[in-house]
Amino acid sequence: MPDTSLNLNRLFSRGLLYLVLLTFAAYFLMPLLVMLFASFKDLSEIRAGNLVMPPLDPTLEPWRKAWSEACTGIECNGIKGYFWNSFVITIPAVILSSAIGAINGYVLSKWRFKGSELFFFCLLVGCFIPFQAVLLPMAQTLGWMGISNSVVGLILVHTIYGIPFTTLFYRNYYVGLPTELISAAKLDGAGFFTTFWRIVLPLSGPIIVVTLIWQFTNIWNDFLFGVIYSGPDSKPVTVALNNLVNTSTGVKEYNVDMAAAIIAALPTIIVYVVSGKYFLRGLMAGAVKG
Amino acid sequence: MSQLHINNVSKHYGSHKALHDINIQIESGEFLVLIGPSGCGKSTLLNSIAGLDSISDGDICIGDRVVTHVSPKDRDIAMVFQSYALYPSMNVYKNIAFGLEMKKVPKEQIDNEVKRVATMLQIDHLLERKPAELSGGQRQRVAMGRALAREPAIYLFDEPLSNLDAKLRVQMRTEIKKLHQRLNATIVYVTHDQIEAMTLADRIAVMRDGHLQQLGTPADIYEDPCNMFVAGFMGSPAINFVPARVHQADNQAWGLELTDSAGETYFVELPNPPASIADWKERELIVGIRPEHISHNENVSTGGRWTMRNLIEVTEPTGPDTLVFTRLNNQEVTGRVGSEYPVHAGEYLTLSLDLSKAVFFDPETEERIR
Repeated sequence: MPDTSLNLNRLFSRGLLYLVLLTFAAYFLMPLLVMLFASFKDLSEIRAGNLVMPPLDPTLEPWRKAWSEACTGIECNGIKGYFWNSFVITIPAVILSSAIGAINGYVLSKWRFKGSELFFFCLLVGCFIPFQAVLLPMAQTLGWMGISNSVVGLILVHTIYGIPFTTLFYRNYYVGLPTELISAAKLDGAGFFTTFWRIVLPLSGPIIVVTLIWQFTNIWNDFLFGVIYSGPDSKPVTVALNNLVNTSTGVKEYNVDMAAAIIAALPTIIVYVVSGKYFLRGLMAGAVKG
Repeated sequence: MSQLHINNVSKHYGSHKALHDINIQIESGEFLVLIGPSGCGKSTLLNSIAGLDSISDGDICIGDRVVTHVSPKDRDIAMVFQSYALYPSMNVYKNIAFGLEMKKVPKEQIDNEVKRVATMLQIDHLLERKPAELSGGQRQRVAMGRALAREPAIYLFDEPLSNLDAKLRVQMRTEIKKLHQRLNATIVYVTHDQIEAMTLADRIAVMRDGHLQQLGTPADIYEDPCNMFVAGFMGSPAINFVPARVHQADNQAWGLELTDSAGETYFVELPNPPASIADWKERELIVGIRPEHISHNENVSTGGRWTMRNLIEVTEPTGPDTLVFTRLNNQEVTGRVGSEYPVHAGEYLTLSLDLSKAVFFDPETEERIR
């Protein structure tokens, strides 16, 4: 009965495959699970030990506290203010850096000029410079411009350091667009911006989504620039989270820490889940176009 | 009013010269085909006419206007691209209307124009579709519609049919020709397909390595090529090149030494030897003879023919006639025999060479001997 043995063999290798996959999935999901469970427990339950057990008596108290009461340094208003700060910083920076990157990529792929390759190379260097290396000169520059310790300053910094990446993304995508399209538009009488707006941008769906996800995640999660260039009123949520966890007034409230960490991570998770779908859809549409 | 003059045009990319001193005068209403192998500069020349490429030297005039430094959109030209370059995000209507819209033509006029062109090209039922929803032939029509809507002085076609399948290509070829006759438009058309060139052109410009090799009517190019490259490039199956020694007979008549497949050498008198034949006395030159002039005996009626009984090595029936491969002066040559004559590989057949149609070339320079 060679057939059955073959089937058994297949069944076994399938089973092994799933076992390995499930093990890895559990391994990666464990920290998130522990965080989630801990954020719904009260302190006594956490002290009792068992980290991986679901909460016996789920409570929203730690979430409420993290949002509006926990101390981040001397103030005790929770992280809600910083949460909004992060939006105010991230959204303009994402939009600006993505828009500028799109124009840059369009120029560097379709309107080459003398030295454009060198220009692109210099921009790429921007991707590889460690941010620590530019902290001081940037602080100086922000000071001269009179926008240090402000939301505007942070938006500027994030926009500037986002441009090399966004340019790279758009440029590599636009290189794949047929140059004949641009030539046709030129002959039709469309100028630089008309061609971009009417011909190129409507074809950019997938790369716009990729860039937005990348930029949003990076800027939202940034801690370095946030901690250095922000003032008391312009701290992003990542910095507030750090302060919250490090503030030691009496008891260490792990449940509040965990809730705050999840709140801080929530927007990037939502962005990824929502636009990841569009991202895939965009890729499919591109493939069909041929 | 819509003639095109290309005067001494050169183009360099660094030290590489893509175009060498090209001179072509195109009359209003003329259909000119630029042909050559890939990399010969034909597309560069077309792009230079369009203004998409700048030129290093010389002038381009459209009508009475020097347009060398005029931007593409102000040259009054329209171009049909190899990939069609339809705007993927716009439907057919908007694709055709885009150029007019850019020219700020009033909406009603655009509407009339799009409908006129769409009716002419029989794509009026497709106006709402996106390019991705069209077949190859339909995209081709839309691309032409986009050019037609602008009513330019000059139409430029960059290998417009090379992405279509064989049957559609022949069909569209005829349509382009009809369109040209109807519109009396001035057209510059780039292709590497010599059949397209022969069937469409009023005149053909054959290019190689950035040089214009020959400019003439299809008949000129086919029957009176200026060198071996032009002779070899035009015609399918290709012209036969046979090296042969020139000999003068006792009666002063000039002729060639030809050897048949059995290895027997004959002196064959030339009916109309080139004027400079005396320079080639007892020297070898290259005889160019087209397959249709090596044919079944009864097929050739004019004088100047030589018949030989030759071994046929391979046959290729094409339908109306059969290509036969045999040897002449120990060189493989192709002949063309009417399909009504039974021919089989490995058999002997009496073939006749029409030497009155042969052309002669210098084996060193590959130039024509006249």
